[in-house]
Amino acid sequence: MKIVLNGEARDVAATTLAALLEECGFSGRVATSLNETFVPATMRGVQTLNYGDRIEVVAPMQGG
Amino acid sequence: MRAFYGVDLLNPLMLGTAQYPSPAILEEAFRTSGAGVATVSLRREGAGGTGQTFWKMIQDLGVHVLPNTAGCHTVKEAVTTAHMAREVFDTKWIKLELIGHTDSLQPDVFQLVEAARILSEDGFEVFPYTTEDLIVGERLLEAGCEVLMPWGAPIGSGRGLNNIYALRAMRAEFPDVPLVVDAGIGLPSHAAAAMELGFDAVLLNTAVARAGDPAAMAKAMMLAVEAGQAAFEADPIEARDMAEASTPVIGKAFLS
Repeated sequence: MKIVLNGEARDVAATTLAALLEECGFSGRVATSLNETFVPATMRGVQTLNYGDRIEVVAPMQGG
Repeated sequence: MRAFYGVDLLNPLMLGTAQYPSPAILEEAFRTSGAGVATVSLRREGAGGTGQTFWKMIQDLGVHVLPNTAGCHTVKEAVTTAHMAREVFDTKWIKLELIGHTDSLQPDVFQLVEAARILSEDGFEVFPYTTEDLIVGERLLEAGCEVLMPWGAPIGSGRGLNNIYALRAMRAEFPDVPLVVDAGIGLPSHAAAAMELGFDAVLLNTAVARAGDPAAMAKAMMLAVEAGQAAFEADPIEARDMAEASTPVIGKAFLS
């Protein structure tokens, strides 16, 4: 399925957000959003993906 | 020192974690200065989990973590970022930044108040990056904020305290609210001046991270905020226009 992950077009097999994170090798402390809406970690397993969804995966970074 | 949402800080220096020459120097700056609060952010996770390495280092520092919403220009964006930060950093604290102007990075105070209300109602403990405007300060407190963080000068400018008069007025207007000068500090003397006004802490990043020797500058900043705090507590004298001899006149020998 074609989706956009962190701004990049991707074609993935995953059908849920949790599966997508695993497929793309994300682990540890990350937070997710789907189409600009926050998806808590507890909801990733039931959050299904649709064609064209925009997913953001963010992690701790330096900041001021 | 006033408590920040029930947390008593050991010292009044809050230090950013961006722009250091290397992670090792960042770590050294924290260890040398003893700063007790580190600001952090969220960005897209890269290949190889770069964010995870950074997070491990911050955890090892044993400091309070204050995530920001840097770069957000809308309420929705800031609120979503705050939710993501709460989950990732496991803290209710959020440094709420809503940028309104590209060149000055001046806060958009109208959206700031709205986002602060939404987040406070949702259980966040909001540290709003604001201007020195008293009415905006009042609105932020009404929205649920228990801390105010007026700018000293634009972020990264190093200009110091642009409006000492207004910062002093803020201190007088909100005697029970923890106040932090956030942004614009360039020198230790600027940081000391903020503390001499009775502020509770100073938050800075660029002045340390971009200094030739960041760790030494971090230490200098800590000495400055502690000196400024001690001076405020010692009740300084008022400035006057004319001289007043400090050596007693009485008893002076008649020699002319």
